[in-house]
Amino acid sequence: MTVLNSKIPQGPVSEKWTYYKAHQNLVNPANKRKLDIIVVGTGLAGASAAASLGELGFNVKIFCYQDSPRRAHSIAAQGGINAAKNYQNDGDSVYRLFYDTIKGGDYRAREANVHRLAEVSNNIIDQCVAQGVPFARDYGGLLDNRSFGGAQVSRTFYARGQTGQQLLLGAYSALSRQIKKGTVKMYNRTEMLDVVIVDGKARGIITRDLTTGKIERHFGHAVVLGTGGYGNVFFLSTNAMGSNGSAAWQVYKRGACMANPCFTQIHPTCIPVHGDYQSKLTLMSESLRNDGRIWVPKKKEDAEAIRAGKLKPTQIKEEDRDYYLERRYPAFGNLVPRDVASRAAKERCDAGFGVGSGLAVYLDFSSAIERLGKNVIEQRYGNLFQMYEKIVDENPYETPMMIYPAVHYTMGGIWVDYELQTTIPGLFATGEANFSDHGANRLGASALMQGLADGYFVLPYTIQNYLSADIRTPRMSTDLAPFAEAEKNVQDKINRLMSIQGKNSVDSFHKRLGHIMWEKVGMARTKESCTAAISEIKALRQEFWKDVRVTGSATEFNPELEKALRVADFLELGELMAKDALNREESCGGHFREEYQTAEGEADRQDDKFMYVAAWEYQGDGKEPILNKEPLVYENIKVAQRNYK
Amino acid sequence: MDFTLKIWRQDGPEAKGKFVTYQIKNISHDCSFLEMLDQLNEQLVDKIEKPVCFDHDCREGICGMCSLYINGRPHGNDSGITTCQLHMRKFKDGDTIVIEPWRAKAFPIIKDLVVSRTAFDKIIQEGGYVSINTGGVPDGNAIAISKVDSDLAMDAAQCIGCGACVAACKNASAMLFVSAKVSQFALLPQGKPEAKERVEKMVAKMDELGFGNCTNTGACEAECPKEIKLTNIARLNREFYAAKLS
Repeated sequence: MTVLNSKIPQGPVSEKWTYYKAHQNLVNPANKRKLDIIVVGTGLAGASAAASLGELGFNVKIFCYQDSPRRAHSIAAQGGINAAKNYQNDGDSVYRLFYDTIKGGDYRAREANVHRLAEVSNNIIDQCVAQGVPFARDYGGLLDNRSFGGAQVSRTFYARGQTGQQLLLGAYSALSRQIKKGTVKMYNRTEMLDVVIVDGKARGIITRDLTTGKIERHFGHAVVLGTGGYGNVFFLSTNAMGSNGSAAWQVYKRGACMANPCFTQIHPTCIPVHGDYQSKLTLMSESLRNDGRIWVPKKKEDAEAIRAGKLKPTQIKEEDRDYYLERRYPAFGNLVPRDVASRAAKERCDAGFGVGSGLAVYLDFSSAIERLGKNVIEQRYGNLFQMYEKIVDENPYETPMMIYPAVHYTMGGIWVDYELQTTIPGLFATGEANFSDHGANRLGASALMQGLADGYFVLPYTIQNYLSADIRTPRMSTDLAPFAEAEKNVQDKINRLMSIQGKNSVDSFHKRLGHIMWEKVGMARTKESCTAAISEIKALRQEFWKDVRVTGSATEFNPELEKALRVADFLELGELMAKDALNREESCGGHFREEYQTAEGEADRQDDKFMYVAAWEYQGDGKEPILNKEPLVYENIKVAQRNYK
Repeated sequence: MDFTLKIWRQDGPEAKGKFVTYQIKNISHDCSFLEMLDQLNEQLVDKIEKPVCFDHDCREGICGMCSLYINGRPHGNDSGITTCQLHMRKFKDGDTIVIEPWRAKAFPIIKDLVVSRTAFDKIIQEGGYVSINTGGVPDGNAIAISKVDSDLAMDAAQCIGCGACVAACKNASAMLFVSAKVSQFALLPQGKPEAKERVEKMVAKMDELGFGNCTNTGACEAECPKEIKLTNIARLNREFYAAKLS
């Protein structure tokens, strides 16, 4: 059993980070040159870390599976990035951002980490502006803000509906500058397939060149994973097609703990599923909830008529519409946090008031267009409206959008301490790949904030505290036994997959897994559904290893093999998610156990039993993992039932 | 809907490629173009044949990974979209659809419809950034920037680096791509200190990597999924001459 030491510095929460930085060990410039760092992933968390570490003088190698580092899925984030600048003079502060994030996470995040995140949030905005990120501005030339769910202030900075793109291109440009300088070496179209542990410390990775299939060994004094989330375990999600949980799963099997894997964010505003050929779901930014009003018909017969195509939404009179979020949560209205909005949509649809296929609700801009004019709405959301129209073939200026919740983000992830270090010394995890800052539910516009906070302003400090003890460790040969063992492990897995020559495609297994996960470990979970999911996933996994068909060969560009390797890991990770959901006998944030709800249908936390981080530790194939618990202590925030009414 | 697909198949960078014809049936008109190809690939796997390789990732028009030259047009027969946003309702039942990779010397084919666009990364590495390190920067509101300039910079910064401009151009020129990045920084005060070196180095790299010259035909603008304007190329030229004359 691993002892989880979160290494939270001493002192009051607002001074912990200052204290840490003042007392940590650093590496001098001459020694930095002698130290190699591997970064996996080129999203916000990976690219910003690699660029910053390169600037400091470390030797960095960075890897991505895409054809260019600029394609990582951070690029798809639409709405914005939070910071406690209080430029709007509306009462924001570091404390309030800290408080909102802890509360939004339903009191399942670590106070010290979240406070640090709120502290550095302002530096991120300054950094990005200096990089030339074209944030939205007012006519006076200063930065503009908008509101996001779970906050009563306007603290979200944005670049139209493409904030993630602009922030990622900022980090990519900083990374490109270091690549040119030679401090960072870039490996495109290269996927990590295992981590190498030498004498108990992470010392390298095994990769596959996706163009040639060549397996390669890479040494690093430390390894950083910025590999994103595992939402694609559900097959249909808003993640990119290639997003996967394999790096996290490989390090889990080498001894890192997986924390709160069941904490999944279901985003309330996505374009509904329309066919079984569908490959992914498209998000409509939460920022739309600033001006869009969510409703379903008040009368069941109206909903039925709409579903049958006999009635149009624009024909439903105002008094016959149920703006259920405004009705249930008058204080926050349409801007309640994501988990609350998603469950409310499911509740209405399950009760028979859904539109479209029955699994959809309306997001209506007519009153905003009336109030502000069409051109204002076009300026604010033009590209999102265009995206919607291209997919659905309906004009949202004229008829309300149809939306439904979809899997979007995983709050759970690799367990890390205050230094973002996993339970494997020398192995760090940043951004969505770790579990630390969002508790059981992430607030909108906080993912970009966390990814960049970790990469620009946290890891470049904390990794030095680790590496300072390593300055006498020379570069290791990749001929060492642990490298050979890890490479063999990878090669064996590939050979096994290629030799099955079964009858069913990789995608067919992935879809079946996604179906189990969505139905049984999705928006609402029960003891029975989680138990059933565990046994169904086990059976599916056995079938996969007997009957999957991977065409082509392992020594060529072969997307089928890439998918097979990822789905093989999802088939194990999904089971752990179900186990974690089964263990957590409470409802909190995105984790809703039907047995634990209030009379009004709100999440009913069980703080006396579950105010802890569940960090699962691998024990070997077929063996039950050990559950380690990190108790969560709230000294600065009064724990209460979340109330958005 | 049923379609006849003529798809470019090529085993590797050095292999000889050819068109192969496939039939596909019962495609929903709400299906996206790439989901149609997914279904073709499922059929090929069923027959133990190698699926068609194509690049794709976010499938929501922003990562820039998908490509495809469809019936003679990059990203197909619609405007302001990437291939992943193209839907089969834009075709007629029974259509023959010809699918090719981007064709440009600077974008060598890796396999089938997959090309390498690393040349774009190399151009950015020459100067597509502001040379500042992490930390030690002024407050975000320290410099006011006119909304007009900031919006124009954003228009240019929307480029997704997909390469459609190069594929559309008869000269395989990367001018629209380079001009978008140069414009973004030319319009912002943060980009001014390095304006001269930036434009010179990026243009020199573009030439070195084998992209062609611009002859103002405007095909790039017409096919750009993010509708990046030709005026950016004019701005690039002005920046370039200013750099050469100073």
